[in-house]
Amino acid sequence: MSVSLENLSVAYRSRRGDVTAVDNVSFTLADGEIMGLAGESGSGKSTLGNALIYLDQRMKQTGGKVTLDGRELPIADTRAMRPLRMTEVSLVPQYAMSALTPTRKIGRLTSDLLKSHKVRNRDAVLTEMNRRIELIGLKEDVLSKYSFELSGGMRQRVTIILSTLLNPSLLIADEVTSALDVSTQRAVGEMLVEFRDRGYVKSLIAITHDLAILAQIADSITIMYAGRLAEKAATDTIVNEPLHPYTQALIASLPEVGVRHDTTTLTGIPGRPPSLANPPAGCRFRDRCPFAFAKCTETPPFEEVKPGHYVACWKVSQEAAK
Amino acid sequence: MSVLKVDQVSKLFRATSRSGALTPALRKVSFELKPGEVISLIGESGSGKTTIGKIILRLVEPTSGTVTFDGKDISTYSPRGLRDYYRHVQGVFQDPFSSYNPIYRADRVFDLVRDVYFAHVSDRDWNAKIEAALHAVTLNPGDVLGKYPHQLSGGQQQRLLIARALLLDVKVLVADEIISMLDASTRVDVLNLLVKLKRAGLAILFVTHDLSLGNYVSDRTIILRHGAIVEMGATEKVFGNPQHDYTRMLLTAVPELHKKWQHTPLGPVAVSANGSAVATDVIESMPNGSVVPALAHISMLDELSHAEQVVKRDVRAFLGGTRAASTKSSSVAVALEPPALNEFEPDHLVAEPE
Repeated sequence: MSVSLENLSVAYRSRRGDVTAVDNVSFTLADGEIMGLAGESGSGKSTLGNALIYLDQRMKQTGGKVTLDGRELPIADTRAMRPLRMTEVSLVPQYAMSALTPTRKIGRLTSDLLKSHKVRNRDAVLTEMNRRIELIGLKEDVLSKYSFELSGGMRQRVTIILSTLLNPSLLIADEVTSALDVSTQRAVGEMLVEFRDRGYVKSLIAITHDLAILAQIADSITIMYAGRLAEKAATDTIVNEPLHPYTQALIASLPEVGVRHDTTTLTGIPGRPPSLANPPAGCRFRDRCPFAFAKCTETPPFEEVKPGHYVACWKVSQEAAK
Repeated sequence: MSVLKVDQVSKLFRATSRSGALTPALRKVSFELKPGEVISLIGESGSGKTTIGKIILRLVEPTSGTVTFDGKDISTYSPRGLRDYYRHVQGVFQDPFSSYNPIYRADRVFDLVRDVYFAHVSDRDWNAKIEAALHAVTLNPGDVLGKYPHQLSGGQQQRLLIARALLLDVKVLVADEIISMLDASTRVDVLNLLVKLKRAGLAILFVTHDLSLGNYVSDRTIILRHGAIVEMGATEKVFGNPQHDYTRMLLTAVPELHKKWQHTPLGPVAVSANGSAVATDVIESMPNGSVVPALAHISMLDELSHAEQVVKRDVRAFLGGTRAASTKSSSVAVALEPPALNEFEPDHLVAEPE
């Protein structure tokens, strides 16, 4: 297994004490797996992604560990992480559209990047970059362009090529399709799958709030709610037979092409997620959950109810135990 | 009888660069909006969908063409007439977070409306009015009044802005991407609210790039590309039986939960070794012919738009010197001519290929 998280907790420092945005998260990611990580805004999904590559000064690891290809990833030690970034773990940041500096041409930006990561055979890497640019259907001359001369979709694709240029073992793609048009969205989504198939990245965590995109590209989907994992299973299972009440409500709230208001009325989820500064005890979805009962005041374990299907819900555990 | 009529509206934007080239953002767009009707205006970035909304709200002046509201050309309004116009025509925009001033309480947006339109209404009547408007958008007054914007969720903020529009005697609502920044769980509530308001007789122009959302709420659909209408008609006809290649391409790209994209891998899959030694052997092991952009829709995606071609030509002409003046006006005229719309079936118009 290429990536494994054990009880990872990450908190933000604040004047009123720590705010735990990622709370006791454990999962494993197989080689070649594309895992979708979905959740509402504020669920901690981006914090989890960022923590795997760069803990900024506001953040600290408060527990747990991360293992990548059998070695522990020193995520709390930013200097030890430095040589691993881009070569072992890489990130396509949220707002990747503005990740490229406007003051350097793409080619120059790339060689600066390679230099700062002390890559020796830079010419070979640049040749490979050209090949990948051509592969995904962009023209080679993007290297001699400034970022503002490219369209949003082209910029997004160039950023992904840059992030994966040194064939990292783990790529974290944070909301890479969110700001794009449908046709560009599809191109970027297929590009991620293609890069995985070709081994440019070994495994991939795709963070997004858009479940429909994940249904297209991900092998497994993990649902996060208020800093904790709610459910993890193969994509088809999450889409067709979700067990956690939150996942079920989330899927039911998505309009599909062909569904119209005069035939079907979709329903949202009432209420909003709890504040992470002072989270309630027990299951955090309790207040919004139609099935909540007495037991839900205790924190449900994230346990395997069927092979490969993990859920944190007392109702589901009880039904599985029967 | 239509409440709002957009007739042959075109808009040219002048690029801010030295060349001063003109970009046609809208090319002779015409449609009508009836009371109690939701029209989805669907297009990708740069298609001009937001510009139409802005022209209707008189935030942008059209280069040519007219917008008429209740039979009156909106460009002829006096300042006082314009104030009355805004009593009936209101907009809500994409980013709810930037529609509020973060240092004031969120319900200040109501006070601003009161200052302009309801200066002589007593406090009691005003509060009753606010309560009714909040009720209409299914918000609980106790949850939102007196709160600062950061204490409200995106969905609550967006519904508060709709409530603000409802305080006025609004007949047309321009809803520009109002749910694209909301979470899936709150999105549907705002959509259902639009349906409810439409049933009460409000005409809504729902501007979006999301086809499934457009399909869910709208009665009629307009697909825009490069500032021109490529297909328009009853929503079930446009989505159920799309005729234009562009509409079809858009529909195949929509991610759906229960249907997978047809993904064809790009040539043989060669796995390169992991690590910094980006294998040169990979490059050699790939036969040259296999490195082709195979994703079918990419060619369409990166194709230079018609408008861009015109701009490029203008720039060339400008840099080329003296011929600039003569080519510029003619190429703009070419760019402005949209493809002709033909009737495919009743209430379903399809543009000729460009």
